[in-house]
Amino acid sequence: MADLSKSVAIVGTAESDEIGLVPNKSALQHHAEAAHNALEDAGLTKGDVDGLFTAGYSTLATADYMGIKPKFTDSTSIGGSSFIVHIAHAMAAINAGYCEVALITHGQTGRSARAPFPPDPNLPTMQYEFPYGFIGQPINYAMAANRYIHQYGEDRTRQALAEIAVSTRKWATLNPKAMMRDEMTFDDYHNSRWIAWPFHLLDCCLVTDAGAAVVVTSAERAKSLKKKPVWVLGAAEGHDHLGISTMPDLTSTYSRETGPAALAMAGVTHSDIDLAMIYDSFTYTTLATLEGLGFCGRGEGPDFVAGQRTAPGGDFPVNTNGGGLSYTHPGMYGIFLIVEAVRQLRGECGDRQVPNCKINLTNGTGGALSSTGTVVLAID
Amino acid sequence: MTEQAYSKPIPVPQGESDYYWEKAKAHELWLRKCDDCNQAYFYPRDICPMCFSRNTSWIQASGKGTLHTFAIVHRAPTLAFRDDAPFVVAMVDLEEGPRMPTNLIDVEPDPANITIGMPVEVVFEDITDEITLPKFKPEEV
Repeated sequence: MADLSKSVAIVGTAESDEIGLVPNKSALQHHAEAAHNALEDAGLTKGDVDGLFTAGYSTLATADYMGIKPKFTDSTSIGGSSFIVHIAHAMAAINAGYCEVALITHGQTGRSARAPFPPDPNLPTMQYEFPYGFIGQPINYAMAANRYIHQYGEDRTRQALAEIAVSTRKWATLNPKAMMRDEMTFDDYHNSRWIAWPFHLLDCCLVTDAGAAVVVTSAERAKSLKKKPVWVLGAAEGHDHLGISTMPDLTSTYSRETGPAALAMAGVTHSDIDLAMIYDSFTYTTLATLEGLGFCGRGEGPDFVAGQRTAPGGDFPVNTNGGGLSYTHPGMYGIFLIVEAVRQLRGECGDRQVPNCKINLTNGTGGALSSTGTVVLAID
Repeated sequence: MTEQAYSKPIPVPQGESDYYWEKAKAHELWLRKCDDCNQAYFYPRDICPMCFSRNTSWIQASGKGTLHTFAIVHRAPTLAFRDDAPFVVAMVDLEEGPRMPTNLIDVEPDPANITIGMPVEVVFEDITDEITLPKFKPEEV
């Protein structure tokens, strides 16, 4: 494979105008607002865009709505990790000459949509899982977390999930755009109601309305733009099942493959990472992913996150925007990990800025722990 | 229970799974098995997902297995499940090898009463005139 490390950069990123509870905007409005804001952040215009990427909707819909006629189009839709994977696809397309300015957009109104997305009854998940009530990710991920409890112990797993919920909320209190900014105590966590045992309410991400966009371009073009380029040093993607019942190992996400591959491509190691942005659809997602990525061994996650190590002031900052748990999560969240990673690397994060943040690892997870996309990003 | 009264999702059999659902209606659990790599698998597919052989057949499962994992659903995912909550979603490792999604029934929905690894056995719930769902309960000793 060609060495594409540092061949492209992220040059613009933004959320849509308002995120959280936004009852009167459609998902496509969030796409367009975010695209507008991200292009402005990059110092580019819509006319510069020749590659278009999204998930959930087809790019037919986003291109039509925004009035874009792309030369390269990609609607790869593998859940919330899709937008991380789009960065790698943009890198490939730009290097192959299919496009030069790639615009990745997302918009979703998980909280306020006026009509739901209908599921497809022809899919095996609809035939074999839905009839039993395997509907919605809290239920699916709860079964995976319970298997983890069985293998590694209930008390230490519970403590780890609490550590992650509390530390993520601490970061959210420092982010003006976060939906949940009130302090959360360990008691608040333990006393929150059951959604699907072993998950409390405070193990679960928010359901919000939000959009975001990311602009990727060639290294050469990036150097002439408004802000310092955020280099894509490494990227990897993959998946190993659809529904939770065909997941080969409920305690091992595909990050076990994409993490090491992205780090190897980037030529960096775990100890080089200044900031980890880890998709936190649930507290358990963060726990299992830290292990999968190799930051610690299997079953060692509870020790790794102990003592609020991932919180503000801790020596291993994770999810500094407040995560899907406390900042925003409209249904698919992956692109918001990139928004925060870019802002941290540029030093734009104010009260929550991680000092000397030079290298980031971002991991998106999609579906029922089905897919992962990992990128390693850096600033000069 | 009549079709009209049942508001939870009802499986839509596909051509390759008609046999599975016909057998479930007869209160039998059947699995696909690959005659080349010699492994049974779930869910039913004509082509083996392990070795991609077309040389596959059907076998009747014993209906016995062990609990691989479970969760206790307190917040119903849709209105149709509201009267069921709390209920137990589960995966069972069948004696023949495959893992299948199901509900664990005839058990108090309390983690103190349910143990991963516990032996379970199939029971059949006729949800409409056409469709029967295989579910599982703790094995009687």
